Amino acid sequence: MSRLSSPQELEALRKQIIGQRDPKRPCVTICGGTGCHANGSEKLVTAFGDEIECQGLGGKVDIRVTGCHGFCERGPLVVIKPGGIFYQRVKAEDIPGIVSETIIKGNIIDELLYTDAITGEKVKYEHEVSFYRKQQRLVFGNNGVIDPNNIDDYLAVGGYAALSKALFKMSPEEVIEEIKKAGLRGRGGGGFPTGLKWESCRRAQGDTRYVICNCDEGDPGAFMDRSLMEGNPHSVLEGLVIGAYAIGSHEGYIYIRNEYPLAVKNAEIAIKQAEDCGLLGKDILGSGFDFMVRINRGGGAFICGESTALMASLEGRVGEPRAKYVHTVEKGLWDQPTDLNNVETWANVPLIVSRGAEWYAGIGTEGSKGTKIFSLVGKINNTGLVEVPMGITLRDIIYDIGGGIPEGKKFKAVQTGGPSGGCIPESLLDLPVDFDELSQVGSMMGSGGMIVMDEGTCMVDIARYFINFLEGESCGKCVPCREGLKQMSQILTGITEGRGKEGDIELLERLSETLVDGSLCALGSTAPNPVLTTIHYFRDEYDAHIRDRKCPAGVCKALISYSIDEEKCPGCGLCIGACPVGAITFMGKGEPVVLDQEKCIKCGSCYDVCRLDAIKGE
Amino acid sequence: MVTLTIDGREIQAEEGKVILEVARENDIYIPSLCYHEEVTSYGACRLCLVEIASRGRKRLVTSCLYPVEEGLVVETSTPRVNSVRRMVMELLLARCPDSRVVQDLAHRLGVDKTDFELEEGNYKCVLCGLCTRVCEEIVGVSAISLGNRGVNRQVATPFYAFSEACIGCGSCAYVCPTGAISVKDVRDTRIITMPHVTMKFKLKRCRTCGGYWAPERQLEYVAKAAGLAADAFDKCPDCRD
Ligand SMILES: Cc1cc2nc3c(=O)[nH]c(=O)nc-3n(C[C@H](O)[C@H](O)[C@H](O)COP(=O)(O)O)c2cc1C
Ligand code: SF4
Ligand code: FES
Repeated sequence: MSRLSSPQELEALRKQIIGQRDPKRPCVTICGGTGCHANGSEKLVTAFGDEIECQGLGGKVDIRVTGCHGFCERGPLVVIKPGGIFYQRVKAEDIPGIVSETIIKGNIIDELLYTDAITGEKVKYEHEVSFYRKQQRLVFGNNGVIDPNNIDDYLAVGGYAALSKALFKMSPEEVIEEIKKAGLRGRGGGGFPTGLKWESCRRAQGDTRYVICNCDEGDPGAFMDRSLMEGNPHSVLEGLVIGAYAIGSHEGYIYIRNEYPLAVKNAEIAIKQAEDCGLLGKDILGSGFDFMVRINRGGGAFICGESTALMASLEGRVGEPRAKYVHTVEKGLWDQPTDLNNVETWANVPLIVSRGAEWYAGIGTEGSKGTKIFSLVGKINNTGLVEVPMGITLRDIIYDIGGGIPEGKKFKAVQTGGPSGGCIPESLLDLPVDFDELSQVGSMMGSGGMIVMDEGTCMVDIARYFINFLEGESCGKCVPCREGLKQMSQILTGITEGRGKEGDIELLERLSETLVDGSLCALGSTAPNPVLTTIHYFRDEYDAHIRDRKCPAGVCKALISYSIDEEKCPGCGLCIGACPVGAITFMGKGEPVVLDQEKCIKCGSCYDVCRLDAIKGE
Repeated sequence: MVTLTIDGREIQAEEGKVILEVARENDIYIPSLCYHEEVTSYGACRLCLVEIASRGRKRLVTSCLYPVEEGLVVETSTPRVNSVRRMVMELLLARCPDSRVVQDLAHRLGVDKTDFELEEGNYKCVLCGLCTRVCEEIVGVSAISLGNRGVNRQVATPFYAFSEACIGCGSCAYVCPTGAISVKDVRDTRIITMPHVTMKFKLKRCRTCGGYWAPERQLEYVAKAAGLAADAFDKCPDCRD
């Protein structure tokens, strides 16, 4: 493709691409996102190709592999266009039927439709699925429509029009003003106003200015940045170029987590295509503005996502944070003014520029504008990525979109914001989700993790789990975080193993205070959130562990005592073989077995093997 | 020059200096373990935290890193500051129960016992990073570094073996605040003991008096760096005229 050298040429190309596309032409859209890929969507791609050929439709049907659609729970997902019929959990053996019935005859195959968890009805189209209905997929929506490796697809949905508008119709200051007016706040965790950051960076003294895209995404269970980078890399790139223009930067980096090879690959392809088209590189669209971008693979540690550690890592040094009394917008990468934003933050930028700040600021709450993508996981019916307007309630996300708790269990808590987020109890389910509301209840937006827990979850054990994770990820530089998390983890482990003492809760609280006040970076200062919120909202569980040596949820093995239900036990002896320490004695056929509490190590093996529910655990 | 207030005292200070530096110049005590005026501030021990009021907001900052500003109001010993310092000392007491330096500093800050379980087999090291910074910034050889992440962090030579870069100068031992690194000359050998490695260096013998006076590697390094002849250090300083 020849380089575009004016906005007119871009529009002409767009027109040509759209013109060449027959909206009535059949197209099989297969989700190639993380979840669907894991469920075998790649095999479907070849199988569809073969089958289409086989049934004599070669050259008449398109196949498009897209990024993540979000509804990973029901993957692999397939959408048949032009009708837009939505099939889920598609297997290779379904394909001949789909081609002969749906593509050729236009008939719907009932068995492949999704049955709505709430209404119980079969759903024909993707947008009718209740999982999607309350979502507002501004940033994420195109993921399901475009092939990330084909810039034509992105151009066909209006891609790079915002860049063209910024370069030719707006001054850098006007772009910054627009982002400020839109009220965009950073999606990487801190929620810092993006426009202000850009402005400070533009005004800072320096020879070179850098812009960086943070795609380190280290939170366990989070995959929104990955899905955006894999599924719609051009939208991130477009945002980055607009930001660079506004800030006056000619050099940028995309820092991608090492475990995301597909994101790296798709970003590389996108950069190459954009360069070939004149949308990146020298003299972008003939505007005279130059901008190069390079990809850097992450240092492989959670802490490398923190801004100063990330920049140290980019410079080739150990990824360790430093105090930010001189801000990175003034002295960041190689001591030059540097603007760092999260993937999702960048992807919001083209939307704001093309549709305007006023439109954008109309979505969300007073203090948090626009939408946010959450990674909804845990004890929830519909696992996946959801994009919702700020201000939606937790209840709406968990019940209307997430379809509630599986197996009829009761909801207990939801943890938002990644490992250092807080656990929010049922009484706060009507909380509107935005940056400030979440902080007020002791949690945070973080990068948008959302882990749902049911009644079978022990909140002390959960706190122990997250503190353990953070202890492992602490860089070890400063004393409160390194030594403090080690002690917290030991105390929490003690409590879950039945060694809790009076005073442990108070000690945990004192430690938390020191971590919040005294840590060098936000890993340490946010780490106490899971402990403080579980103590605050679920103190009775701590008390039960410490005082009564009981785990109310029945999770902490050391606190469970097992006994034989003599009514139910027929003396089959299955448990005798399972017990690793010989604590169960055979008393003769038909007689219930006897369990020796002294010998029992509470491993739960007997409980697991018994098919008659004759082992009681409490 | 800027004017700031520390603990109610109005003080003139040179721009670019950090609070801790200025406080010490004015005989105001701020505890620290990881600060040394000769090397880059690091901000790891968190003992030097102070409370500042800036633009109407009170917050804790690291005084070894925070540059002085016009009109800054600093308090070096508020309840919030002291509570962090005491907890840090409790944590260090648990980490290094046998270190006199840690015990004394804890005592000075009002902490005589720790609520945490004492760690066994510790090496007195508080991971302040002074040794590694001196080795890199002053000596210029980077023979030791802080390896591993988080709770497993350690001061170490590459592969915990004799470090080929090390010249045996002993600056690390000199700067170590807790005595976790020690240096000892025994006849013709210098022994440097670190938490996870012990290294031996041959000492050079003075041509005149016959006394052993400095590691050969160090003298070679200095001679090379200064462009001196190989025999420049054949005599010890006492025997040179
Ligand atoms: C321990 C730690 C890990 C972080 N990891 C990430 C990350 O993986 N991705 C990210 O965008 N921001 C991460 N952040 C936040 C960044 O420091 C920074 O605030 C953010 O990238 C700025 O972009 P934004 O203003 O667009 O949110 C992390 C922060 C901390 C303290
Ligand atoms: S708070 Fe934790 S992660 Fe951050 S600098 Fe201190 S030790 Fe490192
Ligand atoms: S002296 Fe400032 S943190 Fe250690």
